[in-house]
Order: sequence, then structure tokens, then C-alpha cells
Amino acid sequence: MLDFPLWKKIMLWVVTLTAVIMALPSLFGAGGVDWPDALPEPSVNLGLDLAGGSHLLLEAEADEVAAQRLQNMEEAVRQAMRNAEPRIRIGDISTSEGKLSFMLNEASDIDRARGLLEPMMQGQDLVREWDLSVIDGQRMVLTPTQSGIETAVNDAMESATEVVRRRIDELGTREPTIIRQGDTRIVVQVPGLDDPEALKELLGQTAQLEFKLVDQNALPSNVQAGIAPPGSQIFPYADGTDFEGQSIAVRRLGGIRGDRLTGAQAGVDPQTNENVVTIQFDVQGGTRFCSLTQQNVNKPFAIILDEEVLSAPNINEPICGGSAQISGSFTADSSNNLAISLRSGALPVPLTVIEERTVSAELGADSIQRGLLAMLIGSIAVIVLMIATYGRFGVYATIALVFNVLMLLGIMAFANSTLTLPGIAGFVLTIGAAVDANVLINERIREERKRGRRVIAAVENGYKEASRAIYDANITNFISACLLGFFGSGPIRGFAVVLIIGLFTSVFTALPLTRMWVAGWLRKNRPNDINV
Amino acid sequence: MKLLKLVPADTNIKFLKLRVPFFIISLLLIVASWAAVFTQGLNYGVDFAGGQEVQITFEQLDQAPIADLRRSVARLGYGAPVVQEFGAPNVVSIRVPLPAEAEATPGAATEIGNEVIALIQGQYSDIRTDGNNTVSGKVASEFRTDAVIALALAMLGVAMYIWIRFEWQFGVGALFALFHDVSLTLGLFAVFQLEFSLQIIAAILAIIGYSLNDTIVVYDRVRENLKKFRKMPLPELLDLSVNETLARTVMTSLTLLVALLPLLLFGPASLFGLVLAITVGLFVGTYSSVYLAAPILIWLGVTSDSFVPQESEADRQEKIARGEIEGGKA
Repeated sequence: MLDFPLWKKIMLWVVTLTAVIMALPSLFGAGGVDWPDALPEPSVNLGLDLAGGSHLLLEAEADEVAAQRLQNMEEAVRQAMRNAEPRIRIGDISTSEGKLSFMLNEASDIDRARGLLEPMMQGQDLVREWDLSVIDGQRMVLTPTQSGIETAVNDAMESATEVVRRRIDELGTREPTIIRQGDTRIVVQVPGLDDPEALKELLGQTAQLEFKLVDQNALPSNVQAGIAPPGSQIFPYADGTDFEGQSIAVRRLGGIRGDRLTGAQAGVDPQTNENVVTIQFDVQGGTRFCSLTQQNVNKPFAIILDEEVLSAPNINEPICGGSAQISGSFTADSSNNLAISLRSGALPVPLTVIEERTVSAELGADSIQRGLLAMLIGSIAVIVLMIATYGRFGVYATIALVFNVLMLLGIMAFANSTLTLPGIAGFVLTIGAAVDANVLINERIREERKRGRRVIAAVENGYKEASRAIYDANITNFISACLLGFFGSGPIRGFAVVLIIGLFTSVFTALPLTRMWVAGWLRKNRPNDINV
Repeated sequence: MKLLKLVPADTNIKFLKLRVPFFIISLLLIVASWAAVFTQGLNYGVDFAGGQEVQITFEQLDQAPIADLRRSVARLGYGAPVVQEFGAPNVVSIRVPLPAEAEATPGAATEIGNEVIALIQGQYSDIRTDGNNTVSGKVASEFRTDAVIALALAMLGVAMYIWIRFEWQFGVGALFALFHDVSLTLGLFAVFQLEFSLQIIAAILAIIGYSLNDTIVVYDRVRENLKKFRKMPLPELLDLSVNETLARTVMTSLTLLVALLPLLLFGPASLFGLVLAITVGLFVGTYSSVYLAAPILIWLGVTSDSFVPQESEADRQEKIARGEIEGGKA
């Protein structure tokens, strides 16, 4: 027990001091002190509940992804059959119950149709994304496979996360955190943002931009009643436009989508003094836009954003410069928002905010101040109690406690973990519980002394016998803290992190460290009696 | 220097004499707690109930005008608001249920929150808005399910660990003591209708971890004494073990209490519920490790033999190794 080889001592000190050094930037860095470059930079992050800011949990409807995919497939099938040489005539095409089905006009086309469809059903890595079946020799049914849907949802979420990131970056807020969570969720955290309205508005927009030709043959009365002519579909006008509350019928096919954009800027039309958004197409999109406008001069086309019509201007002349202007009763803010949304690309799937938490920066600062005060008073009380009860051994426990807190902070900084408000409670809990181990040891030493063991044997036994209970207690703590971390979200997870790291640091400081000090003292002084 | 001794060196308190009355009281308290949970219900915060919550600090007033707020917010027409003190007398949380259609409309919930804030700002100029939280019904119900799963898993997990490290009776005893602690904490929150949030679940999980510390210390000593005094009757042995470890039990609970109290008194208002639950759990947990976890071993029939098979197995191995040499044990 008293044998502490030098290498062991060095190792203990190296571990302890390394962790403590990592804590220093967190302790002083925040005060704007110039930190030497040689020392590690990271300091503990403050959670939103301490720094102030907004937390949003966004969710995508997985069903929506599946539905869109079915629609795209329908489009692709029509296109493939039309482009076949000779053309394969199909009819009665419909998507229902998550399946796509259509009739072949000529049963003899079946093999050619199958040959065309087959390559469309295989995804990347040869994952089968669709199953094909034929009913009565003439009706083809395409059913999405489970893995196909999963891949699609996963892809959609990945690009949605990317789009969200781009949009938030455009807002210029500092250090946002954007993390995908689970299958269909995205967590967005923006420190320092007190009013998340603008953010939510920006994220609420899918920014699916479409240009479609207005169906001029549609009867206005039918359109307002929601009855679309064959080959057309009905969209409502967006809020705030001149035709708010009304709808318009547009041709399903022959339009162009805004996914071929290379840029978008908000501006003001010098002639009308209206807020507008100018967009630029890539080469392919520009060509298509050019030919669309060329073929339809003097006809109206609708500019549709997220299934709502912004405006339906007449095409006065072909637009072939690769850029176009969108107008539609914008305010300066909304045109800017739209420009950002268009620049960052369309969300592949609409996102809804299902959880939102905002904490004011004042409350955060208040919480830190009160938390630190409580921590300070608590530590002093614990230290007084320990020294009054165990004397010299209490002093060792106290020093261990200080190292424990510093190491905990240092490891948190190194692991880049976030300190939250419940995390402060975790610190306090750790302070209260960290001395537990030393209490167990010291009480055991008292007992052993009472039984008449000599000093060294008593200390040795104290450490040995107490260790068992200390390990058991910490392992059970570890189990519940892990569950806390696993099930808890945000701030609660911060609590769990502190508890878990605290378990390790407190066992480390309470056992080997104090043992090293006690051993050093015993060896030097060889006391006949100890006051414990 | 004369050192402080909170617990006299040689205590010989007959804890176990009162085991039956205390056990009955504990059982009644558990039943009463669950009765309160089921009849009164827990006062779910926004985490578990869903809805729109705003937190407001009245900077000039000592006491938030709760009744007045309740009346005026109710006039907005979103149903009966829940207005309650939030950790300090001048801090309130106001929760309004969300209309069904608001869940589907982005921004609608926050608008309701802003409406509430604007209303209060109109009446009291000196308020500070601390937070504005929206939790959809879907997320709230997920939180509820997760909380129940986490609590159940934590209790089972640690009980399993104790079963493995000790004996099954100890595992059952620990599980029962934990069930008692968790039930009473829930009961307290139900009876006093304190806000029940995710933080309280965190507190209960922390209690599960820490209230077990005392139980383990007692159990560890029971195991040790079982091996040492094979002939001693169990109630006596348990009393001895509890008395021997009393100083530790008191000290470990006390250091934790001493650290928690300042947090309870001066800490951030929004941590009040969490710290209160842990503090209550600390007392309940210490009591249960002495009065429930220990005596239950008597009823479950722990004997010295519980640990003998392990011993004799090891002994036998040793005997075989040493060529049948008797290695008697005191």
C-alpha cells in the first residue's frame, strides 16, 4: 500500500495535470484573456439554456417522401413509354395505396414495357427499390419495396439537413448546430437567437419553385369549385397576392422546375418599384426556360412556390438570357427569404417544427451566476464538513475534490461537451457525491483502528475494503446515468454527461490520488497514531 | 485537533425491531403515492403535456400576480391556462393548450406565445421573458413513453447488477427500495401538484443511482458479516451491519445534502424542481436503505448459506489443489 513506484506517481500526476490544464481555457478563456497558442484551445460549450438561444426540432413526414417518389415514378413511367420506339400506349394510370398501376393498351407490349421499366426499379448498389407485377397480362403494378422507401427517406433527410444548414448559414447567425436525429428529424440549435420567427419562416419554406402554363381553357367556375380539366391541376394563390383566396388551373406537363437554379437575389424592380427576386438558371435550365417562353409568347404562365401561385404574368417575349424575375407582392423581408431559400435549394420534403424552445440570454446569464454561487457555497460547506470530520484525511479528500472538479471540467472541454443548466446541478451532485468514496474509506479506517489494527494496516484495509462498495455504487450510478443520457434530450443529456464523467473523475481522484498522498505522508512520518 | 463525530463510535440502535411497522408504513405510503398519481394526476409541464409555454420573471414584484394572470390569459380564448410559480415567487410559467389545428400550422404556436407575452407586457411593464417553448402533442407523448422506459430500465438494470454482485434476495431488496423511492417522489409531486417535467425524470434517475449508494454500503457489510458470523441470527446481524455503517450512511447523505441545499436556496429558479426532487429522494433513499432494503432480506430468507456455496466451491478447489488439507475458517 505504501509502495508507490515512481512511474505510478508520475502517471497519476500526468493524467491529473493534463485534465486540469485542459480545464484552464474554460476557466479563464471566457474572460477574454489572451490564451497562449501552445495550449489547447477548446473550452466547454455552454448549452442554450445557459447561453440563451433557440432550439428547434423539425420533422419530415416520411409518408410525404414516399408519395412524392410515387409521383416522380409516374412521371418517369409516362415519359419512358412515350419515348419508346414505337411509342407504348398506356392508360388508366393511377397511384393509390402507395402503388402505381397502369394499363397497357396493347397486351403485346408487355415485354417491351417490362424491359423499359426494369432498369428504373433498381437503385444504387443494386438495391431493389420497386417490385413489378402484372395482373391479367395487361395491368402493370409497381410497388415500392421497404428498402427502397427507406433509402429514399434517408436521402431526402440527408439533403434536407444540408439545405437547412445552407439556409441558416445565410442568416449569418453564429455557430448553429444542425444535427439529424433519428429517421426523420433534424435538431437545429442557434445560440444567441432570441426570436426564432425568421428562422422558422425560412425553414418552413420548401422552396419548390415551378413554372407552369396556365390552362386557359379551364372554366373559371369549375376552377373555383376545385374541378380541374383533364391534364391540369389547380393551385391556390398565395396569401398576400392580388388574387388571394382564388385558385388557378395550370397544365400538369410541360412546365419547368426551379431545381435548375444557380442563383437568386432579392431586389427591387426599377420600373414598378416592386420587390422582386431575380433567379439564374444553369445552362440546361436556361435552354428549357427559353424554349418554354418562346413557344408560349402571349400566354400566361404561373410561378408556383410550394404549391401556391405567386403570380401568373403574361409571357411578353422569349426569356433566353438564363435569368428571370419573380414578382408576387413581396415585402423586402419575404423577397429576401425567398432568395435565400431558392439559393440554398428546395427542401426535398416539407419540415414542421414539432418542438421549439427559446431561452433568453438574460436568464442564461442569471442561471450561470446563481449556479456558480450555489456551487461555491456547496463546495465550501462540503470541504468544512470533511476537514472537521476527518482532519488530515479530510484535507486530502478536499484537494481530491478540487482536482475532481477541474478534471471534470477539463475532460468536458476536451470532449467538446456542452454544459447545460441541469449540468450545473450535475456538478453540484458530483461535488456532494465525490467525497462519498473518501467518507467510505475514512470511516473504514476509523473502524479498523478501533479494532486495534496498526496505522498502516488500518489504512491499507480501509482502502481495500471500501473499494468494493465504491466500485459497486459507481457502477450502478453509471447504469442509471447512461440511461439518462440515452433517453434524455438536450439539457438532460448534459446532466447525464456531467454525471458520467464525474463518476470516473471522482473514483480516480478519491482512490489512487488520495492513496498516493496518504502513502507519501505515512512513509515520511511513520505516525504511531492517526487522527481520523 | 478534536474531530467532529456526528455518529457516536459505538451505536447499537435496534433498527430492525421496528421493521414491521415501518414496512407497513412504507407500503401504505407507496399505495398512497400511486393513489395520488392516479386520482390527482401529475401536473405535467410542457414537456409531457405538450402545448405552448412562456416563462416570465417579474422584476419589480416580489410575488407574481398568478390569479390575475390566470384570468387575463384565459380571456384570450385558448382554454384554461396553467399558471404556476416556477422556482421562485416572482417567476411564473404559463402554459396554454394548443388548438388542434395549431399543431399542423408552423408558427401558430409561437404566435400564441407571443400573444400571451404581449398581453402581460401590456399589464405589467417590468417583465422579462425568459423562455418561449412549444412542444407538440406527438413529441410530448414520446417524452412520456421514453421516461417510463428509462425509469423501468434503470431500476431493472441496477437490480440486475446487484443480483449478479450479491444474491437474488439483495437484488429484490434493492429493487423494492428503489420502487419505494421512485413511488414516493412521484407521490410527492402528485400531492403538491409540483410541475412534473423531463428534469424531474432526470432527478429520479439520479436518485436511483445515488439512493442505491447507501443500500450498497449496507449490503456490502451484510455480506461481509454473513461470512464472518455464520451463527448470528439474521435480524441481529442486520442491526449490526446497519449500525456499523451508520456513520458512513449519515456522512455520505450529509455531504450530498450540504452541496444540494445552496443550490435549492440560491440556485437558478429553473433548477428548483430538479434539485427538490433529488433532495427529497436523498432522504427517502437513506430511509429505505435502512428500513426496507435491509429487513427484506429477512423475509426473503437470506442465510449465511447464501454465500457459502461460493465459498465452499472455492474452498473445495483449494482443498483439491492442496491435497485435501482442511483449511478451516473462523
